[in-house]
Amino acid sequence: MWQFFHKLGSPKWFFGISTRFMPWLLAGGVILLMAGVVWGLAFAPEDYLQGNSYRIIFIHVPTAFMAQSVYIMMASAALVTLVWRMKLADVFVKAVAPVGLVLTFLALFTGAVWGKPTWGTWWIWDARLTSMLILMFLYGGVIALDRAINDEKSAARAVAVLVLVGVVNIPIIKYSVEWWNTLHQPATFKLTEKPSMPAEMWVPLLLSVLGLYLIFGWLACVRMQTEILSREQRTRWVREFVMKGRV
Amino acid sequence: MNAEARPVVRLAGNSVGALAAMKGVFVRDMKVAFRQRQDLLNPLLFFVMVVTLFPLGVSPEVSFLREAGAGILWVAALLSVLLSLDHLFRHDFDDGTLEQLVLQPQPLFLLILAKTLVHWMLTGLPLVILTPVLGVMMHLDGNSIGILCLTLLIGTPVLSLIGAIGAALTLGLRSAGVLLSLLIIPLYIPVLIFGTGTVAAAAEGATVGAYLALLGAFLVLALTLAPFAAAAALKISLSNG
Repeated sequence: MWQFFHKLGSPKWFFGISTRFMPWLLAGGVILLMAGVVWGLAFAPEDYLQGNSYRIIFIHVPTAFMAQSVYIMMASAALVTLVWRMKLADVFVKAVAPVGLVLTFLALFTGAVWGKPTWGTWWIWDARLTSMLILMFLYGGVIALDRAINDEKSAARAVAVLVLVGVVNIPIIKYSVEWWNTLHQPATFKLTEKPSMPAEMWVPLLLSVLGLYLIFGWLACVRMQTEILSREQRTRWVREFVMKGRV
Repeated sequence: MNAEARPVVRLAGNSVGALAAMKGVFVRDMKVAFRQRQDLLNPLLFFVMVVTLFPLGVSPEVSFLREAGAGILWVAALLSVLLSLDHLFRHDFDDGTLEQLVLQPQPLFLLILAKTLVHWMLTGLPLVILTPVLGVMMHLDGNSIGILCLTLLIGTPVLSLIGAIGAALTLGLRSAGVLLSLLIIPLYIPVLIFGTGTVAAAAEGATVGAYLALLGAFLVLALTLAPFAAAAALKISLSNG
């Protein structure tokens, strides 16, 4: 267990192991996401109230779900950065912050597109939407702070503090639906209850969430590898990798 | 800045308890602040000016001002706290006082708490005191003004405490001012929502106890966690330079 923990801290080890499982992440992600989205868009039954316009849920919910869970992953990694000073953790935070920003933007954008036929407006200052917007600002702040500090180590630790402070916002996002309870419908998936939609709807939705998870994993690996290569460019293994094309 | 204007910190040694050290920082920061009186006035002037922009820029109609007044005052107060945050650590960072504070045997978060308290007493509190005057100018009724002052009284310390984290994180960076706003404004939003929500609820005749309790919860949360985060951030920023 401890040996694994120590290995996890080594960028070289991560580089080697991630190259091996990245194709599986990508393949699994693409298959699941395609299955979920095609099933959802083409074969799932129509909603009796919203008609076909509800189908954007198969894009909207995965991105919104990922946007929030990426932040929580970042916060966990930030904690690891501060407590154990593990190099890989701050590589992760730096690598996924822009991905999270894009996912949040996509969630807001698809939400706006969905809101137009359903609520009759692109944007409403509902608590949940506003919280998502705040989440996007938080991602922006993390990226801006990271870019502003030149020294890599202090940048990583300062960003970790900021991410942990921002994570206070996540429960507010989660519970705002229940607190204010305005236009936005409550969360589709709850761990403790059966989904309120029929299986033909929630199964493809679950597939696309899982697919997006895997694709995110692949993307995180790609970005982390790039970051590792640029940070470790003076080490021998990177030079050998560049010469021979493998670790 | 001339040297006499900045008294040295006298709290060295293990013999001084944490509370005495906090008092030392408090007294010293107050002294420094009152020797630079213009810096104390600036956020207040800014507050009044921002509020003035709204009747001029949007509408001087009584109905509009009555409805939007509380929100405008809250936003203006938020912005002027934000503006003043740059001073929280900047001068102490420039002349090396901050490093001495970090080196003190007493816990850094307590000293930061004392500094933040001074910051609030010199920006947040005067804003609260000024609010009734501006509230009358915004045609708010007496009850609303009272509630507004109460929310600002609970809310502005939260702003100072959260702001201390941002000020510590951006210390010594090139575009610290803008960056500070980018980092901190998202964290201010919940406070703003509940601050203005309280006044709106009061205007509708609802009970405001729950809102005030939530604001109070924010204050307790910020009071317990923010000094630790600010202390961690400060140590990182100091090791940076």
